[in-house]
Amino acid sequence: MNKLIKYVIIDILRNKIVLAYTIILSIISFSVFSLEDNTAKGLLSLLNLILFIVPLVSIIFSTIYCYNSSEFIELLLSQPIQRKQIWLSLFAGLAVSLSLAFLLGVGIPLLCFEPTPTGLMMIIAGCLLSIIFVAIALFASVLTRDKAKGIGFAILLWLYFTLIFDGLILFLLFQFADYPLEKIMIIISGFNPVDLSRIIILLQLDVSALMGYTGAVFKDFFGTNLGFFVALSALVIWVLVPLQLSLYVFKRKDL
Amino acid sequence: MIQTSNISKKFGKLIALNQINLQCSSGQCIALIGPNGSGKTTLIKSILGLIVPDSGEILFNGKNISNDWKYRSQIGYMPQIGRYPDNMTIGHLLKMMKDIRKHESIELDLELINSFQLNTMLDKRMSNLSGGTRQKVSAALAFLFNSQVLILDEPTAGLDPLASEILKEKIIKEKQKGKLILITSHVLSELDDLVTQIVYMQDGNLIFHNSIEELKLHTSETKLSKAVAKLMTQAQRNE
Repeated sequence: MNKLIKYVIIDILRNKIVLAYTIILSIISFSVFSLEDNTAKGLLSLLNLILFIVPLVSIIFSTIYCYNSSEFIELLLSQPIQRKQIWLSLFAGLAVSLSLAFLLGVGIPLLCFEPTPTGLMMIIAGCLLSIIFVAIALFASVLTRDKAKGIGFAILLWLYFTLIFDGLILFLLFQFADYPLEKIMIIISGFNPVDLSRIIILLQLDVSALMGYTGAVFKDFFGTNLGFFVALSALVIWVLVPLQLSLYVFKRKDL
Repeated sequence: MIQTSNISKKFGKLIALNQINLQCSSGQCIALIGPNGSGKTTLIKSILGLIVPDSGEILFNGKNISNDWKYRSQIGYMPQIGRYPDNMTIGHLLKMMKDIRKHESIELDLELINSFQLNTMLDKRMSNLSGGTRQKVSAALAFLFNSQVLILDEPTAGLDPLASEILKEKIIKEKQKGKLILITSHVLSELDDLVTQIVYMQDGNLIFHNSIEELKLHTSETKLSKAVAKLMTQAQRNE
């Protein structure tokens, strides 16, 4: 298994895309921090950029990589290796290299300019987001053999998580404005890993007052240690569920 | 050694395999023949576990292969179209395969790598290889681990006459060692001095499975290609 992960990572690193991704992330991070003299402001701008770029790159790159390594998967499948091992190695290789890119590109500047718990939290959330979207990409790519369909589906999923979901929530909030929705909002936010990460980091930044009464309820829940761990476990579940689903399909797939 | 009982597989509406029963034992060299799309590759892929049959079971040395993977360490497989990671070189590929199957303490069989002169182009990328060279790599990989079972899907397609002669000699050599060899091919004249058994498939059905002597007797032909041609016309007439 370790050998397979090694070969997947070597293969990904030979691909220049991850290197370019790392460099772009670090350029963005350094420029954001040098543009703003207030690091808290810089952190906020960086947060919005990360929540946009990291899921996008992770999901698209992983989906394309999965399709392009179909030859590699085929070759391995006729060898004495378990299907589960092949799939998990692919996941691990992608997750490790994309998290590494994030750690180098965003982690280092963050630790230079903002070596606080908030900065640390952002690094953890960014890594988790990378891994979550790798898992979702694996699920999208195992569903169909058609590369164009698979990538299209991946882009749709990304759109859903970063834009459409928020739109739906706004719609719900306006429709049910007369009802107390604050507690339900906590549960609903668990359905979107991007929102969940945003909330965790915003609460660390102490700008939750800007979010009105919902923000106060969020602060009451996610601000506590218990709430924080619930949020983290929700993110971990977001890794495990798509991964398990994709594994289930892959084990039964004809190749 | 390999036994399939009543395996069926459908792709959508197309019936790729229909209740196939097949017995293969070691020392045999079996030719799988039949028109294009008759289910030969599907059968081979089912034996390898690449395709999961809808029903029926496949036994390898008496053990059911579903949810098993260790049995594949006894199979060398040469695919019809070898597809390999593009940015790997031949050297990398060979090294990786050896690395993956290293725990099996068997002697490596480097004969084909040497006779195909793959050693001289170890740093060529897989994406730049010609179809024939790719086939040579596939063949070398299939024979590399001295497996007890060799499954060759159209082994000589795309090879030049010299290379296919080398491959044929290698197959005969391995057959004499008592290995089970499964070959699919369209070039019947090539199979003449190789195979001991013939399996004829059509539209997902196994039409017959006989030893070559029986076949020649049955059709009163001495050449395999003529015997099979006679058989195919017979099968069409029966429809």
